[in-house]
Amino acid sequence: MFRRERSLPLRGSAAALCNNLSVLQVPARNLTHFGVVHGPSAQLLSAAPEGVPLAQRKLHAKEGAGVSPPLITQVHWCVLPFRVLLVLTSHRGIQMYESDGSVMVYWHALDSGDASPVQAVFARGIASSGRFICVGTWSGRVLVFDIPAKGPNIVLSEELAGHQTSVTDIATEPAQGQDCVADMVTADDSGLLCVWRSGPEFKLMTQIPGFGVPCPSVQLWHGTVAAGYGDGQVRLYEASTGTLHVQISAHARAICALDLAPEVGKLLSAAEDTFVHIWKLSRSPESGHTEVEHCHGECVPDTQVCGARFCDPSGSSFAVTGYDLAEILRFSSV
Amino acid sequence: MEGVARMSWARPSPLPPAREGKPPREPRTHTTYRGGRCRRPNQCPLRAPPNKRPADWLLRPSAALPWQPGNRTRRPSIQASGSQSRGPSPAPPASDTMSVRTLPLLFLNLGGEMLYILDQRLRAQNIPGDKARKVLNDIISTMFNRKFMEELFKPQELYSKKALRTIYDRLAHASIMRLNQASMDKLYDLMTMAFKYQVLLCPRPKDVLLVTFNHLDAIKGFIQDSPAIQHQVEETFRQLTEVYGGLPAGEFQLIRQTLLIFFQDLHIRVSIFLKDKVQNSNGRFVLPVSGPVPWGTEVPGLIRMFNDKGKEVKKVEFKHGGHYVTAPKEGSFELYGDRVLKLGTNMYSMNRPVETHMSGASKSLASRTQESIAPNPLAKEELNFLARLMGGMEIKKPSGPEPGFRLNLFTTDEEEEQAALTRPEELSYEVINIQATQDQQRNEELARIMGEFEVTDQPRQSASKGDDLLAMMDEL
Repeated sequence: MFRRERSLPLRGSAAALCNNLSVLQVPARNLTHFGVVHGPSAQLLSAAPEGVPLAQRKLHAKEGAGVSPPLITQVHWCVLPFRVLLVLTSHRGIQMYESDGSVMVYWHALDSGDASPVQAVFARGIASSGRFICVGTWSGRVLVFDIPAKGPNIVLSEELAGHQTSVTDIATEPAQGQDCVADMVTADDSGLLCVWRSGPEFKLMTQIPGFGVPCPSVQLWHGTVAAGYGDGQVRLYEASTGTLHVQISAHARAICALDLAPEVGKLLSAAEDTFVHIWKLSRSPESGHTEVEHCHGECVPDTQVCGARFCDPSGSSFAVTGYDLAEILRFSSV
Repeated sequence: MEGVARMSWARPSPLPPAREGKPPREPRTHTTYRGGRCRRPNQCPLRAPPNKRPADWLLRPSAALPWQPGNRTRRPSIQASGSQSRGPSPAPPASDTMSVRTLPLLFLNLGGEMLYILDQRLRAQNIPGDKARKVLNDIISTMFNRKFMEELFKPQELYSKKALRTIYDRLAHASIMRLNQASMDKLYDLMTMAFKYQVLLCPRPKDVLLVTFNHLDAIKGFIQDSPAIQHQVEETFRQLTEVYGGLPAGEFQLIRQTLLIFFQDLHIRVSIFLKDKVQNSNGRFVLPVSGPVPWGTEVPGLIRMFNDKGKEVKKVEFKHGGHYVTAPKEGSFELYGDRVLKLGTNMYSMNRPVETHMSGASKSLASRTQESIAPNPLAKEELNFLARLMGGMEIKKPSGPEPGFRLNLFTTDEEEEQAALTRPEELSYEVINIQATQDQQRNEELARIMGEFEVTDQPRQSASKGDDLLAMMDEL
């Protein structure tokens, strides 16, 4: 059972994008950072444990020649071995900041060279894998940046080609030992999922075909890919082989966000139908198959949810943002 | 002068001999890379402007980039209505919105809502049938004009709310009807809130196309005794099917997100929505958790587990919290057909009073005011595209002395005056006060286009012939 906690007020409402909430826990200082995209700007908010808002900061996409200011598509904190970077993707390019958003460390402009005039050019989909940060783009290419332990000397090390349509989301998992096959999965607008193995050179392991429905959000847990689709379904696949293990008719509208609590194997799904569901993933001991159990469902009345994240790795609290809502809703278990 | 010296091929034209006792003259122009004289000394980025005003300089987008051979200026050629465009029009600047295909859908749906409201008010105010029909026919004919539609369907960014408001202001005045500022404001509020509601409640992103088709079906019903206009509307149907019919679901999702970003933070309360319990008293729309699921979606509540061979081994049901049922059938995307979806149909046909409430919406407007106050140095660029779009609008001059009339969106004149006085500052559609452009040539072009729009009996105070676009927007 979850109960509603105090909401955190935002200066501007959340935009109707997918994966529009990022949460960073800073246990050392007992703080939680939240990041929400408003439109042409992104808001960073830090809060104390009881939901007391402390500091707010606004970041803008770098200006360019155009009629209106460029829109931001996603904001996400990337936890790397030696540092934490805040990555902002927009229609102009990719901006990387220090974790509190104070200093821009790197700027990468998108190359719109072979885009047709009807195509929107943007970057979307951010994840960190080891010392790399991977960012997806409108063309389907995934840019891999090599991040040094300190300083702004960030280098674009690789461009992964696996998708034909715009990338929507990327998920990674720390490598599970030597025999780990796959630790990164990318999703795109056609529903295609690409499973990769990270390393100095990324290798494409499997491709899981889509069925014409976009896949806005994807997560990876212990070799299982959890993908949320535009028709409200959540599907779990085996990452190494691509076999479908579980199919959940979870929502009545498009799913906009998925999140994992890795310690307990809990999956959070949020969709535009105003519902947020929590599922428990497990492996059955006899057959070794992935099993799913529904834990909890929460309705956020009259709100088209656009982002949802667990606020701690044990899954005992989560936060939700909604379109046109100028606050972050928080729920914690009793 | 440094600008000219930078390019190796750019040589200043020979100077006239220095005059006695006077400082040497600056070269008026330079030689282009092709060896001829630069033919646009007033706008050339390589030459400093004569009065050296940095603000104006920054306003020209081409000045931001060093001129490279092969670089086209971003200024489009202004088309005088009725003439062919001179050569291919330059590409619009790189898109900063999510989707460049959104403008036609936005324009047609908002236009459809406008016609619904005008039709209802014309009936409520007992305007004689022939005048009412003429007004609707004129507006529809202007909206669906072939050249205008051509410009509209070119891939381009969404205009700002102010620019869009200008187009509808023009459209509403395309006939013998007049609207006061307060009535026009209210009309625009109703239009935008209605379409925002429709986009928000669309079951699938692709259903926004069905909403557009609902509007077009109703518009065909408004047209009377004019097969030419009927044909124009059907032509637009075909164009919509051509552009949007084959788009994948991901593209429609982008279009939906673009539209929602455009309508973000608008919470005007509309009495017809409040009465129908479709909008809450805080201005937010009610999102139902019951009813049919979108076509192609399964009713939520089932977990299916499979083994390695793909055989279903376990089926578990869970309680999802809503009360959904399967979708009965898919709406038709053909020229004629049952759209199934009710969004986009005329909800004003019941002859109910339509009011908007302005109060109580100010809390969420903080972000909006910031957008309108901050001066936009590239607003001129947008005006260029606006001028091109409206250059395609052919407003028919009324033949003979047709007496105009004023339509009131409120129930009484006093109410209209009161509304104009009490409209909250944040909600007024103030246009940015842009200084008159230095470009004399462009000014004249715009003036000529706007001159074509002039309707003969216009009760405007400063009715100088050929109001230019900027002055007209300042008047709003």
